[in-house]
Amino acid sequence: MNVALAKTDMKTDTSRALSEAFANVRERLPGTGSVAEVRQRALESFEQQGLPHRRVEDWKYTDLRTSMREVLPLAAAPDEAAASRAASILKSTAVKGARQLVLVDGVYAPQLSNLGKLEKGLAIRTLRDALETGGEAVRDQLLSSKQSTDPMVSLNTAMMTDGVVIEVSEGAELAQPIQIIHIASGAVPAAMFTRSLLRVGNKAKVTLIESFVAADGAKSYQAHDALVVSVGSHARLDHVRLMEDARDAFNVSTAFVTVGAHSHFNTFNLTAGGQLSRYQAFIKFAGEHARVETNGVNLLNGTQHGDTTLFLDHAVPNGASREVFRAVLDDRGHSVFQGRIIVRPDAQKTDAKMMTRALLLSDEAEADNKPELEIFADDVTCGHGATTGALDQSLLFYLRARGLPEKEAQALLIEAFVGEAIESIVDDNLRDIAVGAARRWLAARG
Amino acid sequence: MTALLEVKNLQVRVEEREILHGLTLTVNPGEVHAIMGPNGSGKSTLSHVIAGKAGYEVTGGEVLYKGEDLLEMAPNERAAKGVFLAFQYPVEIPGVATMNFLHTALNAQRKARGEKEILTPDFLKKVREVAKSLNIPQDMLKRGVNVGFSGGEKKRNEILQMALFEPALCILDEMDSGLDIDALRVAADGVNALRSKDRAMVVITHYQRLLNYIVPDVVHVMSKGRVVKSGGKELALELEKSGYAQFDDAA
Repeated sequence: MNVALAKTDMKTDTSRALSEAFANVRERLPGTGSVAEVRQRALESFEQQGLPHRRVEDWKYTDLRTSMREVLPLAAAPDEAAASRAASILKSTAVKGARQLVLVDGVYAPQLSNLGKLEKGLAIRTLRDALETGGEAVRDQLLSSKQSTDPMVSLNTAMMTDGVVIEVSEGAELAQPIQIIHIASGAVPAAMFTRSLLRVGNKAKVTLIESFVAADGAKSYQAHDALVVSVGSHARLDHVRLMEDARDAFNVSTAFVTVGAHSHFNTFNLTAGGQLSRYQAFIKFAGEHARVETNGVNLLNGTQHGDTTLFLDHAVPNGASREVFRAVLDDRGHSVFQGRIIVRPDAQKTDAKMMTRALLLSDEAEADNKPELEIFADDVTCGHGATTGALDQSLLFYLRARGLPEKEAQALLIEAFVGEAIESIVDDNLRDIAVGAARRWLAARG
Repeated sequence: MTALLEVKNLQVRVEEREILHGLTLTVNPGEVHAIMGPNGSGKSTLSHVIAGKAGYEVTGGEVLYKGEDLLEMAPNERAAKGVFLAFQYPVEIPGVATMNFLHTALNAQRKARGEKEILTPDFLKKVREVAKSLNIPQDMLKRGVNVGFSGGEKKRNEILQMALFEPALCILDEMDSGLDIDALRVAADGVNALRSKDRAMVVITHYQRLLNYIVPDVVHVMSKGRVVKSGGKELALELEKSGYAQFDDAA
């Protein structure tokens, strides 16, 4: 039997169309020479695997072969109308006091971004610029994802069009948070492929906010994003990601994070938007005594599908990681949480714990929790837990007996429930931002 | 004068089992009624039906509050109209700060009545005053609702809410359960401070002891889902001596 042929036959129209899309735009994609070669190999890797489906264990609950029915053409550079729609949504999305770096339909928008008065030790440029003229180190790091065999990462590598490259040099403690805002604004359905890089130098300190939103009038779109991060030794990164894409949007995003010795990485992801989304974070302990808190919340209703997949790789001894995840699901919302912790043979004294809880507000909602521990060292402290349940009726009655209408009583209990994940955000401002996003979801529920 | 609460021939089932078999009770403004009776006589069922808890099927009779059909109203509407149940076992709500809960609840009630929301400074002032009178420390108000509270603290928190929401009808369900004599006295003082000519109270209890502190105008004895005897406060003392067994036949 010709296996290669069989595989080709299994490919869906969608993945064939993606390959064609690449052929159409490859000449316009930034980077030549080795960059173009990496793109080509990544595309081949994607073509070989096709869109991930339920028989691929890591994608078991998010089968793109059945749910990603059409592939959209690469977004055109935003026209004036799209830019003005983007400017309008930016007003309510921009976090006060933060430095905004804005991508509109996958393209860096200088007129909406703020590159003024860069603090000492901070350098920012676009992905396009970095791929075309950047030094080898930056390029290699941007392309480090080529080690991944994940087909959606390969697709992003092949197609990445723009993004921001942020470098924070050793010892620089940035007072001003950086906010990367992805705005979908196109009037025709389209796909965007973005990739950004954040290098936090040794002993540096950075706060990063990522926001995904749609401008009024944006048509259904597909966002493919990747974020590559390195946190130097004794460095600290506080990170909040808010995915509040349009209700008909598709978003697959991947974070690759490497944390150095004695560093501290506190990260939180909230998924409230999108029709179909996946956020996957691969976090690798590269130096000893690093601490990582990865927390997240999925708030889904209607027919939304949101997948949060985390992979903590304890490759060295003395690392500590905590994962606290909460999902709130109404209507036919479907949440997936996969959390894998791997403790490599050398990673003695690893301290890793993961807890995921889902709250179902409707009989038709679904939560899939898949915590996994793979431990190859013998002197470690590891644990995980998962629960799924409904709102406690006795608590609801108590609140209603005190005058709270049903939705308000639910909202109070839901906020307390997701608060268990939000409270592990160390930075006060970031915590408020996360609470604000959760409240927006609750308010939209009515 | 319209009675504040009129329970007429109330019949209630829980999962096919009839708990109340035709209960009748009338409470006028300004009155304090005590309902006494053994375990399983239906006292708590009555309080839950008045507050609107789910799981009770009313198969006959009616409950009027200020002449309106109470059973038609959602629990939160009842609260907004002035019905308050002090729970026998107040629940713990982790993650919901007591202060936030009190503020949200008070404003929800005001909004339902078409009144303006209370401003935060006015609210804080009011809570502090009431809390002080009930010996409730400020740090308790910052914690999750009833989380880590002792039995006495939970009951005081119920009375704090009663004072804050200023209901017309207060149902106190076994307020004395789990309280030592000092905690009971503080709680009872809090309740007595709220007695007024416009407000009625229904005090549900097993024991006469509580009625030494909250002296009722009327005492009812419940047995097997009915009120079998009503009288003045001396009826409670009589019960303490002779027990409930004498009413078994009457029911």
